[in-house]
Amino acid sequence: MSKEVIMKLKKETMSELVKNEAGRWVPVEVNGQTQIPFKGVAAYKPRGKKFGPAVSSCADYPADGNKQVDSLRTALVKAGLRDGLCISTHHHFRNGDLLANQIFDIAKELGVKDLVWFPSASFPCHEHLIPYLEDGTIHHIEGSMNGPLGRFASEGKMKGVGILRSHGGRYQAVQDGEVKIDIAVIGAACADSFGNANGLYGSSATGLLGFALADSQYAEKVIVVTDNRVPFPCVPWQIQGNYVDFTVQVDKLGDPEKIISGTTRITKSPDRLYMAELTARFCEAAGIIKDGFSFQTGAGGTSLAVSEYFREIMQEKGIKARFARGGSNKYLVSMLEEGLIDYILDGQTFDLEGVRSMSENPSHVWTSPFTSYNYHGKGNFAGMVDVVILGATEIDLNFNANVVTHSDGYLLHGIGGWQNCLFSKTVILPVPLFRDRIPVIVDEVTTLCGPGELIDVVVTERGIAINPLRKDLLDAVKNSGLPVKTIQELKEMADQICGVPEKPVFDDQIIALVKWVDGTVLDVVRKVGEKP
Amino acid sequence: MGNTASAGNSGPKIRSDCRISLELTASGGMEINLSSKVISMYGNSIRQLVEDMLDYFGIKNVRVNLDDKGALPFVLMARLEAAVKQLVKTERVFLPEEKNNHQEPSSPDRFRFTRLYLPGNSPALMLNAGIHQPDGLILDLEDSVAQDKKYEARYLVRNALRSLDFMGAEKMVRINQLPGGLKDLEHIVPYGVDLILIPKCEGPEQVLAVEKEIKRIRKDARILLMPIIESALGIERAFDVAVASQDVVAMTIGLEDYTADLGVKRTPGAKESFYARSRLVNACKAAGIQAIDSVFSDVADMDGLKNAVQASRSLGFDGMGCIHPRQIKYIKEGFLPDKDEMEKAKKIIMAYEDAQKSGLGVVSLGTKMIDAPVVKRAERIIKLALGQGLLPKDWRNEQGSHHEA
Repeated sequence: MSKEVIMKLKKETMSELVKNEAGRWVPVEVNGQTQIPFKGVAAYKPRGKKFGPAVSSCADYPADGNKQVDSLRTALVKAGLRDGLCISTHHHFRNGDLLANQIFDIAKELGVKDLVWFPSASFPCHEHLIPYLEDGTIHHIEGSMNGPLGRFASEGKMKGVGILRSHGGRYQAVQDGEVKIDIAVIGAACADSFGNANGLYGSSATGLLGFALADSQYAEKVIVVTDNRVPFPCVPWQIQGNYVDFTVQVDKLGDPEKIISGTTRITKSPDRLYMAELTARFCEAAGIIKDGFSFQTGAGGTSLAVSEYFREIMQEKGIKARFARGGSNKYLVSMLEEGLIDYILDGQTFDLEGVRSMSENPSHVWTSPFTSYNYHGKGNFAGMVDVVILGATEIDLNFNANVVTHSDGYLLHGIGGWQNCLFSKTVILPVPLFRDRIPVIVDEVTTLCGPGELIDVVVTERGIAINPLRKDLLDAVKNSGLPVKTIQELKEMADQICGVPEKPVFDDQIIALVKWVDGTVLDVVRKVGEKP
Repeated sequence: MGNTASAGNSGPKIRSDCRISLELTASGGMEINLSSKVISMYGNSIRQLVEDMLDYFGIKNVRVNLDDKGALPFVLMARLEAAVKQLVKTERVFLPEEKNNHQEPSSPDRFRFTRLYLPGNSPALMLNAGIHQPDGLILDLEDSVAQDKKYEARYLVRNALRSLDFMGAEKMVRINQLPGGLKDLEHIVPYGVDLILIPKCEGPEQVLAVEKEIKRIRKDARILLMPIIESALGIERAFDVAVASQDVVAMTIGLEDYTADLGVKRTPGAKESFYARSRLVNACKAAGIQAIDSVFSDVADMDGLKNAVQASRSLGFDGMGCIHPRQIKYIKEGFLPDKDEMEKAKKIIMAYEDAQKSGLGVVSLGTKMIDAPVVKRAERIIKLALGQGLLPKDWRNEQGSHHEA
């Protein structure tokens, strides 16, 4: 670790700063917890044992297995809801989630203060919680802060410091005891009164419950809430009732319209389609698309289009993929059903076709952040994927990328599985060179979320930049006729078109940490300041 | 002239554009009210630009309201100039940096399979149009611009000609119908336009009027012309139009207006325009220029488009207009020779050259006699294939190996 230390004006939650291995100044203590600065991509080795919650005894649970209580409020009270606890939820209901908001409505009614909310992700629907952040019901959020919550945090209004983690990093933090969950509330589309649960059946179906796995295993108290109670046994039990303290039945867990879209759509933008096509052509030229390969693309419009171009190339060549990692969606499902993919290893289903396929096709397999992403395990799936297609808000001359803040400094997105996917054999980021007037290729990213050494290729509508570390890729596409440029050339083009942007002005106050997949601190997000 | 003026677009769906309103005041200097989605990144440079431009045009006391949706500098400049010129009479122009000087000027016989129409007052659609690699990009001042936006569109098109990266596409502008369209010319002729489309052309006199005005504006300019025939009268006079000027390099047909003129519906089978299209092709070929077909207006119907391209090519057209980037690939593919055609053309040329060498009067390929027009057609196909990189320059050697699988 660098010994260079500077002192900064402190707020209650802040400490001295040190320069980490990525050259970013990060605090050694936040929210009263010691922090380890980032030491390099595979440099930090954890010691010690995994975290373990208290041992339970069947003597304390109903002999007939019926753990049903009359309401969420009762369950929370029985679970010991009080000041300062850490409450976890998961984001399978996405923007249709009603549960997280209800939990904090109850906390507010009970007068509980200083809670830590530990969601696997937040959505615009959670804007509802802003008054609770203002009145101290919630102290801070450890999890993605999207849209309105991110803006709130960026203005320095959250009491504590937010902690941003990847999906894999969230599992790691729970497993390692960095985050001790006091009460986990797991919303499940289907559950029995013992607490066995899945996300497959019912009006709030989400396909799987992988994001709640760590919560069930490591939380002190676990509450399963369902709007579709079935008699024991609820199978498959994606969440095992043996971890569960209380079960609750409610009318409605989520707003199905917003939970899952009936249709995920490929982008119609000709510019984005062109980028997707260029990405697929690159993969073909680089020899990545071969029989038995594997890939992961997100559910964004451009990513979906990339997998459609993959389909065309695979059909043309008469080959198939061994597996695709999801975010599943109707396009991936149709490739599975056409025999172009042997398996979908799914982390979350993005549309109803994904849910259907998972419930009826044994080759459509549900995964969790433990199997796919956890860096403190004995390997994970992310590294086995041949090529992954991701996005970014900014990419810099060293191929470092940002996914959480915009160039104006505001925190607006979570990390999701993005950091974890960087361990794939080839990481490709298709991004426009500029959005409106905002350059995407910049000299230095506002917030560092992914070290450039893990990012291999940047595809823009005006050219493809390959990380010089990947000589093999540079050689492979040398005579392909693809528009290969250097990242400097791309940046100059962006500046030519947009003009060189002014840097955002930041206040000293740190509003969030960006954790690396091993729990070390990669960067900080600061309060957005006023321009003089 | 009044005291207030505005230009540009704003609203929740508008991107890469801005709306500027100016109000001349008696005193108080410049008051700039700026709201911008990129204020933290470009706020200072936008203010500076506005001040510099107002200075340049000698405006000292003014209230400026600028609602910016991420407009690039050349767009901001065009909007501000369009607003200023409604308030101040001046010959001065404020030009963005020329970014297109690296591009080769066009030539009369370059390929024009695909030309993409871009509404001349919609910057968002222009910015990346070049990446789709049409042979030409048409900045349209005519039908795609609303009547009350015609004025400001000229400034945007002018600045786009200088600043937009055409990525090798021919820089085309469709002016307004004459005589109004003649006024468009001073905004485009000095600024790097390669080719001007003359809409609703009905006779050589219109071509000559455009040519004369171009020469008046810029003596040394060689700007190519493409008349658009859109009426029954125009069709009857197509050949005269085609030979009206040396600068007419292609002619095209606008079927929406043509069918309206005939009083018939435009149908997918296009029977109603068969005569007009054939006549246009014939006039073009007689004049030695390219014949370009009308646009296919259903952007979602790719199968329909493919059929239309086939029909168009078989009538003798050399290209087609595009109204959406998605159409470019299909149209280009349709107009390019396929493998069989290229193979056949190669064999014909080789046989012809062999016969020439050995002094044979009669050329034959297998049992078939080859006459001059067949050779001519084959040469055309080879030229096309070479021009598009479908054949290597030394294709004769490749052919020499003959026994490829």
